[in-house]
Formats: sequence, C-alpha cells, structure tokens
Amino acid sequence: MRPAFFKRPYRKLVPLALAAGLLSTGCGQQYVLLHPVGPVGQQELHLMELAAIAMGIVILVVFTLYFYAIIRFRDKPGNTAPYRPDWHGSKWLEILWWVLPAVLLTVIAIPTVKTTYALDHVPKGKDPIVIDVTSLTWKWLFEYPGQHVAAVNQLVIPTGKPVLFELTADSPMNTFWIPALGGMEYTMPNRVLPLWLQANKPGTYIGLSGQYSGTGFAKMFFHVKAVSPAAFNAWVAKTRKTASPMTMAVYDQLLKHNTTGQALYSSYPKDTFPTVANGFTLTGSGMYMVMRDKNDITYMPMQNP
Amino acid sequence: MPSFVTYLIHTLFPPTVRYPDILLIDAGLIVGAIGLVGFLTKTHRWGWLWREWLTTVDHKKIAVMYLISAIVMLFRGGIDAEMLRAQLAMPSVHFMPAIQYDEVFTTHGTIMIFFMAMPFIFALFNAVIPLMIGARDVAFPRVNAMSFWLFAFGAILFNISFIIGGSPDAGWTAYPPYTGLAFNPGPGENYYFLALIIAGMGTTMTGINFLVTTIRMRAPGMTLMKMPMFVWATMVTSALILFAFPPLTVALAMSLFDRLFGSSFFTLTRGGMPMMYVNLFWLFGHPEVYILVIPLFGVFSEVVATFSRKALFGYPLMVVSILAIMFLSYGTWVHHFFTMGAGPGVNAFFGLSTMLIAIPTGVKIFNWIFTMWGGRIKMTVAMLYQMAFIPTFVIGGASGVMLAVVPADYQLHNTYFLIAHFHNVIIGGTLFGLLSGMYYWWPKMFGMKLNERQGKVAFWLFFIGFWITFTPQYLLGLKGMTRRLYTYPAGLGWHELNVISTVGAWIMGAGFVVLVYNVVWSLLYGERDVTGDPWDGRTLEWSLPSPVPEYNFARIPVVHERDEWWAMKQKGQTMAHALRPEDVHDIELPKNTPVPFLLGASFFVVGFGMTFKWWPIAIVGMLGVIACLLYSGFDYDDHHHLEADVVRQTEASLGRLQG
Repeated sequence: MRPAFFKRPYRKLVPLALAAGLLSTGCGQQYVLLHPVGPVGQQELHLMELAAIAMGIVILVVFTLYFYAIIRFRDKPGNTAPYRPDWHGSKWLEILWWVLPAVLLTVIAIPTVKTTYALDHVPKGKDPIVIDVTSLTWKWLFEYPGQHVAAVNQLVIPTGKPVLFELTADSPMNTFWIPALGGMEYTMPNRVLPLWLQANKPGTYIGLSGQYSGTGFAKMFFHVKAVSPAAFNAWVAKTRKTASPMTMAVYDQLLKHNTTGQALYSSYPKDTFPTVANGFTLTGSGMYMVMRDKNDITYMPMQNP
Repeated sequence: MPSFVTYLIHTLFPPTVRYPDILLIDAGLIVGAIGLVGFLTKTHRWGWLWREWLTTVDHKKIAVMYLISAIVMLFRGGIDAEMLRAQLAMPSVHFMPAIQYDEVFTTHGTIMIFFMAMPFIFALFNAVIPLMIGARDVAFPRVNAMSFWLFAFGAILFNISFIIGGSPDAGWTAYPPYTGLAFNPGPGENYYFLALIIAGMGTTMTGINFLVTTIRMRAPGMTLMKMPMFVWATMVTSALILFAFPPLTVALAMSLFDRLFGSSFFTLTRGGMPMMYVNLFWLFGHPEVYILVIPLFGVFSEVVATFSRKALFGYPLMVVSILAIMFLSYGTWVHHFFTMGAGPGVNAFFGLSTMLIAIPTGVKIFNWIFTMWGGRIKMTVAMLYQMAFIPTFVIGGASGVMLAVVPADYQLHNTYFLIAHFHNVIIGGTLFGLLSGMYYWWPKMFGMKLNERQGKVAFWLFFIGFWITFTPQYLLGLKGMTRRLYTYPAGLGWHELNVISTVGAWIMGAGFVVLVYNVVWSLLYGERDVTGDPWDGRTLEWSLPSPVPEYNFARIPVVHERDEWWAMKQKGQTMAHALRPEDVHDIELPKNTPVPFLLGASFFVVGFGMTFKWWPIAIVGMLGVIACLLYSGFDYDDHHHLEADVVRQTEASLGRLQG
C-alpha cells in the first residue's frame, strides 16, 4: 500500500495530463492549422511538424546543457564543481555545434525546397476549377470565369478537385486565406497571383484576410462551403437562375469603402478582373498563360525566353 | 479671420484626437509641462539645463539622455500594448473604435522599435564604448550630439501626432497603397514618414560615428582580436546601420512623394508597384532586426563572462559568427513576404538563407552556456536577464526556423504565431539584453547600483508576464487568428487564450512599474559605488571611477590582453593605473555647442510644416537647417583644453594619484 501523500499530488496531475494530451491530439477542430482538410494544408502541416521536431531536439539539447550549467556552477559556498576561470575554448566542442545545427537544418531544408516547388503548381493531370478573387475595401469578390457566376463574401467549391484562385486587389493589399485548406497569398493591385487549394471533405470553413487594410479589415471574414461536385453544379445552375446579375453599377457600389454581407450574382460584367497579360508560374518549370474564351479556361504553356 | 481659425482647429484637432482618453492625456501633458517649467524656473535650472545637457557633446551625458528617452518611450509603447490587449480580451468588445485601435498598434510597433529599442541601444553604445576602448570620446562628438537631437526631435514629431492632427494607422511597416492619399487623407502617415526620416538620419550618423570610433579610436595595443565582444557587436551593428538605413530612407521618401507631390511609385492607380516598397522596406527591415539584437549579443557576452567569473568561451568563433550574421542578414529579407508570389526558386533560396543564419546564432548560444560551464555564476539582476534570455531566445529562434520553412510560412504568415515569434526574439533578445546592460553599467553611468532586490522583483514580473502573454499567442496562430484585428467574433475559440495573454500583459506592466520604482529609489537611496568596479569586471571601463570624470582616462591605457582589467587585477597591477603626477598632460576635449540642438529643432519645424503641407513653415525650418550646417562647418573653435593641474586635482581627490 502506498502512502496517501504519494497519491494526492498525482491525482491533481491527472486533469493536467489530460489537458496536455488533448492539446497534443488537438482538442476540438479549433486548432484549424492542425486539422487541414486538403492536400495543400496537409503538406504544410507535415513540414511544420518536421520543423517542430527538429527544433525540439535543439531545444532539448540546449536546455539540458543550460540547466545543468546554471545549477552546477552557481556561486554558492561549498560548491565542489571545478572552477576553470581561464578555460576559453575547445576545438572539438565548437566544431560539434557548428555541425549539429547544420545537420538538423539540412533535414528540414531538403523537404522544404521539395514542397515549395511541389505546391507551386496544380498537380498534373487534374484540371482545376478557376476562381478569380478580388479583395475590395473591405469585402471579397469571387468570380467564377468558367461558370459565369459571382459571389461576395461567400465561396462555394467542389470537393476532391483542385481550385485555382487568381488573386488581385482593387483595394490596399490583403491576403487571401482559408486556414482549413492551406496557406495564404497576397492580393495586390496591378498584379495577379495564383494560389491553388483543395478541399477533400465537405464542410463550411472560415476564410479571412491576413494583411491589415484599414478600419473594416477585421470584418473581412468569408465562408467557404465545400460541397460534392454534383451539389456544386446544382448550386451554379440555381445561382444563374435565381440570383440577380451584377451590373457595373453594382460593382461600383462594391468599390465603396464599407463592409457588406454576403451576396450572389448570376453574372458579372467583363473587365472587372484584370486580363492576365504576363502569366505566372504554375508548373514550377515554366510560365503558363491563362486563356479565356466564352465558356472555358485553358492554360497555354509560354515559351521560356 | 474666423474661417482661418476654423481651418486650424479642423486640421490640428480632427475628431480622431478628441476622444475622451486623449483629451485627458492633453490635460495631463499641460499640467505636467506647467509643472516642469515652474520647477525649472523656481530652482533656477534653465541655465544648468542648457549648459549641462542641451548643448553637451559629452558621450556620457548623451548616453543618459538616450536612456531617459528610451524609458519614456518604453512607457508610451507599453501603454499602447496594454490598450491593445485590453481591447482583445473579449470578443466583439469596442473599448476603442477601429480607427483608434489601428493607430495604437501602429504607434506601439513604431515606437518600440525606432524610439525605444534604438535609443536604448545607443545609450549603451555611448555610455560604454569609449570607456571600453580607452578613448576620451567618440570619433565625432558634435555629430554624436546631432544624432541624438535628430532622434529626439524625430521622436517628438512622431509622438505629438496623437494629440495634434491624428496618429498614423498603417502599421509600423506602413505598406502602400494603404498609406496613399486615397485611403489615408489625414496627416498621420506624413508624421510617420517624416519622423522616421529625421530620426533615421540621426541613426545613420550614429552608425558612421561608432564605426569610425571602434576602428580608429582604440587604445594602443587593443588589436581587433583583443576588442571586448561588445565592441565587436557595436562595430558590426554600425556597419549594418550604414547599409540598412538608406533603403528605408528611400522607401519612406518615395511614399512621402506619393502623398505630398502626387507621384505614383506605390499607388493603386497609374501602375504603382506596392511590392517595390515591401522589398525596400525589408531590405532595411531584416538587417534592422539584427541591428536590434547584435548589440545585446555583445552585452550578454560581457555580462556572462563577468558574472561567471570566467573568460568568454570561444571568442574567435564568437567574432566569426557575428560577422557571418552580419553578411547573411542582408540575404534574407524576402522571408517577410514569401506569400507575395515571388516564385518557388526565390522562396526556396530565401528560406534556406534564413535557416543558415540560425547556425551562427546557435553557436553563440552554445558558447554562452559554456562560458558559464566551469565558472562561478553570481545571480545578479543583469545575470538573471542573461539567463532568461538563453531559453527565451532559443525558443524564439526555433519558431523562427519554423517560419523559414516556406510552405509552413504560407499558413503562419501574419498570424499570431508570427506575433509571438518576433516578440519572443525582440523581448527575449533585445529588451532583456537592454535591461541586462542597464543594470550592469548603471553604476558606471550614475555612480550607484540599482537595488538588486527590487530589480529581481521587476525581472520575475517581466519574465513570467512575458511567457503568459506570448505562449497563448502561438496557439492563437494555430487557431488561425491573424494580426491587427481590432475585434474578433466569438465561436472561433480565440477568447480564452486572449484573456490569458491580456493577464500576462498586465503582469509585464506591473514589472515596468517596479522597474521605474527601482530606478527612482536607487537614484535617491541606492548603494554608492565607491570602488568603480562593483561587479569585479573584466574590461577597461571598470578601471575608472564611477561616475567617470569628464575626460575619462587621465592617461590613455596600453592594452595587452583581451580582458585587460581582469588580467591586471590577476597580476596585482591595478595600482599601475594610479598615476604619477608627471604622467598627466593637458587634455583636449570637445566643446559644448548649441548647434546640434538647434539643428534638431529646425528639422522638427521642417517636419511639422511638411506634415500639414504648410510650405512657408517648412521653408523657414529648412533655412534653419542650412544655417546650422553652415555655422557648424566654419566653426573651428570646437574644442578646449583641460589643464593638467585640473586633471591632477580631480584624480587626487579620487585617490588615484601617486605622491
């Protein structure tokens, strides 16, 4: 039989351990970066974990040495630790700590470079659905050039399919971010940047801006509904039938500096999104040009100069 | 004339400077100013203020003025931080309206970096460097005073914005096109650009000054590899300043042109290119974070060796690593905007260069630990800050490496994870280092020690408060909270962590209160330092009496060792510093001059005039600037001789003269 005083503090530790366990397994889905629902977010999370482990090793080594040093070598009467006031260097130790971090960083660096290139383009053989994103002051305009519908502050995407977002701004800079799906990218005036994401699970996710753009910036949240491809098509058809068209007058209203709610439009005027003249890298190996015709979007490889 | 008066009131006091809290501060400032003027008049101290402080070119007094400014600015920036945390404690709370919140986070960042950390660092440079290298002053004493007054008037210009005209509200980075007239018609951003340009000129001059001082003014025998680490750190920091500040000045000036003269460098319309600003800004901004931390690497190297009573471990590699950091820091700026579509090649390059910089930094950490290894560690307040720095900075550095992993940064960019990271390194590295240096060199600057017990209370409040504030912010980042939100909706799980973070901020605030109490109490009742060497120090400044006489060294020492003073004490040669009367000669010292103060004031007038586009005022200020420079350029009467007899008397009264 153990004495009771062993048990008591142990019992107090139980909820603490439980809390720690919950944290590490990600209590709830609110740690959204730790629960990505698409391949982009997942790859990003893997690298975060790898870096965290490698850095954890560094922290462990440093902390062990550090705590040993500050406990052992305190200036206390009767301290028997060796006192070596003139010990000012050791070749092998110093070589060791140039090498140790270098090795650990190499372990992180190689997959970093690989994934950086891999995530730069939509996986081959998968035709993405294209959505043109314009950040306005302080709202998001989403135009579907393939489907000819538009939405404000809400986004509907099909699951299991890459979505290529073309990002620009008719406002100060913002970043377009759907944390559950993957990382963010800036929206900038006079430029179009690509970002591809994919949702593998149906659901409603939060999107927001990560770059401060004025007093209404904190209200730039939007909802992302990921639905099955069939439901997506149905949504497009319904929107084209029931929603009202976005005229130039409506667009001018959107340009005003204010916050608005959500809206859907059955069509949108031409030239509200810049034509992509200079193209951007989608494959990592060359420039692609986005060609728009009446009903579809195709990618033309551009010759490298 | 009434229309003119209305115009003035509308321009100078728009609604954004008429919030109740600001009006209250207005009243407080007026009362304070009247009180100060009354005090100076009643005690007949105007002449003293002018002769001893406003016109001084003595590096030791300039250090004191830098230190006072830095602590006042730490107060201002800290109040801003408390306001931000109060606002974020609850979801959907409107303690401040959005515009005021935006102004407060902008001034918090700008003040903490440009008007708190920088002058605090320069306070340490000025207080210590000439003493450490055995010099009588810096290379260009008058330029040194000009640097201070440019900084001071830049800081004043920036700080009056919240009571006159309205604060800037575009963040400390001031990204266009939000800073353009289309989105920001008020004078706030003009204040920001002009104040930073004026203070930045001062900083650049400080960089030049200390680069020349550390290269040219060292005592005979002090070769490069015998310089104390803090001198190395100063030299490297100065070199960084020299090449980092020009891109900032250019970026600020171009933004200012967009606002004042209708150019389109970075505007939304007419093909402006905001990303160009972002590049220029971070081309400065990344070296800047090393400007903010390398001096403190120097402080820590001195503090850890002194209080471990042991030579610094691995000195040659410490030098190599600091130089490696200097060069690498110019090659990492794109990591501040991986998500701006520069392409995978560029991103991969800058991700790797950022990871690379972690290696020399890690080497320094190991060397500090092994300096303690085999030593006898004295737990003074200065040493406690150093000991808090190591684990804090290691964790901050580790989260920095995570941010350098490009794909991870796509998720973490501009989230609270990033906020936690940079406060982790800037508070853990810079602020802890500054306070460590302050406690360490305070006896040398003021002639008395800061009370250790009060200092320890302040330390623990800062240290514990820091972790309670910023650990939840890492988690908030993982929950997807982005920076600079003035409010957030409930239901995202952000609330509890924000409450904890706010409590931490209060604890840090309490730490600041204790710190100020500590300083005031110690100035009144602190233990006088009669030895000049209260910590059993290792470097030359401890061979001098505290506080140091105007001329620093009655006879310039000859250096043989890296830790010269320690070596002399080991050999029992400290009396060798006691002088024979015939060793003392006339000393040439720089002469006080009002020009630096007037130059700063003129630049203030220029800045104020340009902020409101009142060109006649700006032109008058500019004429003042030209007059100051012309007068100074032809003023050859810039030094005076201190008679050898005066020096002998001073030294004799300190008991340092033989015979």
